[in-house]
Amino acid sequence: MFDSLADKLQATLADVRSRGTLREQDIDVALREIRLALLEADVNFKVVRSFTADVRERALGANVIGQLNPGHQVVKIVAEALTDLMGGTAQELTLGSRRPAVVLMAGLQGSGKTTAAAKLARLLKEQDGLSVGLAACDVRRPAAVEQLVAVGEQAGATVYEQGVEKGAVETAKWALQRAHSDARDVLIVDTSGRLHVDAELMAELVAVRKAVKPHAVLLVLDAMTGQDAVAVASAFAEQVAFDGVIVSKLDGDARGGAALSVKAVTDRPILFSSTGEKLDAFERFHPERMARRILGMGDVLSLVEKVEREVDETDAVELERKLRRNEFTLDDFLSQLKQVRRMGSLGSLLGMIPGLAGNRLAKMDVDEGELDRVQAIILSMTPGERRRPEIVNGSRRRRIAQGSGTSVHAVNQLIKQFGQMQKLMRGLVAGKMPDLGALMRQAR
Amino acid sequence: MARDWDDLFIRDLPPADPDAAHGAGGGEAASAANAAVSAPADSRRVFRRLRENLTRTRQALGAEIQATLFERLDEHTWERLEEALIAADVGAPTTAAVVERLEREAAGGELEGGEQLTARLAELLAELAHTDAPDTIDLRSRPAVILVCGVNGTGKTTTIGKLAWRLGRELGLRVVVAAGDTFRAAAVEQLERWTQRADVELVKGARGSDPGAVAFDAIGAARARGADVVVVDTAGRLHTQDHLMAELAKVRRVIAKQIPGAPHETLLTIDATTGHNGVRQAKLFSQATPVSGIVLTKLDGTAKGGVALPIASELGIPVKLIGVGEALEDLRPFDAAEFARALVS
Repeated sequence: MFDSLADKLQATLADVRSRGTLREQDIDVALREIRLALLEADVNFKVVRSFTADVRERALGANVIGQLNPGHQVVKIVAEALTDLMGGTAQELTLGSRRPAVVLMAGLQGSGKTTAAAKLARLLKEQDGLSVGLAACDVRRPAAVEQLVAVGEQAGATVYEQGVEKGAVETAKWALQRAHSDARDVLIVDTSGRLHVDAELMAELVAVRKAVKPHAVLLVLDAMTGQDAVAVASAFAEQVAFDGVIVSKLDGDARGGAALSVKAVTDRPILFSSTGEKLDAFERFHPERMARRILGMGDVLSLVEKVEREVDETDAVELERKLRRNEFTLDDFLSQLKQVRRMGSLGSLLGMIPGLAGNRLAKMDVDEGELDRVQAIILSMTPGERRRPEIVNGSRRRRIAQGSGTSVHAVNQLIKQFGQMQKLMRGLVAGKMPDLGALMRQAR
Repeated sequence: MARDWDDLFIRDLPPADPDAAHGAGGGEAASAANAAVSAPADSRRVFRRLRENLTRTRQALGAEIQATLFERLDEHTWERLEEALIAADVGAPTTAAVVERLEREAAGGELEGGEQLTARLAELLAELAHTDAPDTIDLRSRPAVILVCGVNGTGKTTTIGKLAWRLGRELGLRVVVAAGDTFRAAAVEQLERWTQRADVELVKGARGSDPGAVAFDAIGAARARGADVVVVDTAGRLHTQDHLMAELAKVRRVIAKQIPGAPHETLLTIDATTGHNGVRQAKLFSQATPVSGIVLTKLDGTAKGGVALPIASELGIPVKLIGVGEALEDLRPFDAAEFARALVS
């Protein structure tokens, strides 16, 4: 994997800083790096060509030449140009006024349509309070119907299925009628994966489209797609005129350049990003965040949002009160730990912090097992011990170590670290900033 | 390079002496004869299919290169060539290396005109696809264990279905398939349909059960029935998820404990539409469980699967099989020369 483009640009243009000005040839050096990085991020080469031309023009504008810290300036210009290329601001899925509103899913095999359909159903239900039906029109892939039934139920949506005997068009029509009589707000139609060059299957998709007259046709695109994304999207755009894109599997380490290419070539907005196996791993798409991802600049907004979603406000108030009164116990620590872990692996959280994304710290393997052990130790304590760890004597330590499958040494360490943490928090509440470095060293 | 199934699979039939197979018992000789008769027809049919499928693939790329065919080899040529390779997902570093080499050879007077260039290009690409690792699949163990892994949606289950059919129905081997994807909804049902079509045995566990246990049971069942091959399916997983990679490593350990030296083949499915990320996939999967071969799937679209080249040249993992469609016979042994020609013709 390449280092972050942002870092690379800073390094490339570092010597310019001493001169204090950015010259045309500096920009060309930077553009070479940009071109390479974008190609490695799977941005389509034609898009890269026009993009670098655009950046060149912007960079040659008076606002950069003669600026201090030109590296920063160029990174900023690239980030802005990327954001613009992806549509500027986040766009919403519009569902019109007719009920049920119909959303048709389309895409290649294995792009993640069925999972995305269920995730979208869940999102519309949980966030917008809509009642959602799912139509099982993938009658081709073995067991696709069963899969949709299973994930649809998890999502709290009604799944309309007729097995695989009826064709996709007929099933779609029937499901629409059922959704209508059940007074659903939305019907999401799952379809078979198909190659954009498969005339027969593309015709079927067109027929389904005609039969259900969707408000929105969504193309599901794998974030790991390479240069071919443009050919795929153009063919789907031409034949079924999709309205927006769902980028799937964004939790991998793909930079997602394919998404950017598709926006540039078809001019359809990217509406959602799908990450991970769990049904709630589905978010509205934010172009500026994607730009930062491609640049390797971290994604602090997503992190903030994650924290906001996962952390219960009343819990937070209660926690603050406890901190102020110095009543923070191991139980509270455990619930904090669980809360943080709900947001994802520590590694993925670290990756979202700007400046860390390309950094060694973010690449460092965070030992999730260590956290498991800490949890196990606390869970092996009695409520009394969790409130007052100072009562934990030798024989209690042995019991806890045995109960948690760890060692007395590990129990000792945790209790010691917890004591230090309490001290740190008292300091924070009192408004003093403690020496974190010294504390970390002590804790080892 | 493997061109046909007999080149791909190493089997016990002819021990050391190639004549031994002919001298074997009547039944075996008859089936060998049958294979000999049906093989050319079969390969003609499949190659026509592959050609047809690849024709669509070629159009875009073909236009790029054809245009340069009879021109002088100048700056413009190299630029176009570079773009054509990039468009095929060959990746920037590999592309740069190939183009640089051709440029040097042209400057040295070794290449004249577009035709020589195209031929030499195909040669270089085929060379890149070639690795020091064996490009065959050894089936001589009883049972031989084939572990199949890959990212979600790359075509593991479909590949296993086709492979089981090839091994069981076409080559007459006793095959046991292990339904190791105990995670995804309806994954076992999907595999069940495929194994029914292929008419081979399926060993499954409960949804959410330990995939290692399913592999264990399948190997036990294969031994009890004297099966020839065990094909182990696994759940799709992103290579960045450490705990899932650890799970995969465990499945491998369970298999290795059962049969020393197993799995005899570990196949990683890579979607031909995958871009640069394919190299990362191959690298990280290899760290969890040494991958001995790539299955390049969905080559029947417009994607060229060029990512196979950096995987072969950087990681030394050869492509062994390609998927070119959804029918049972649409799994083929990989042929580097053919692949290289398809990339550039």
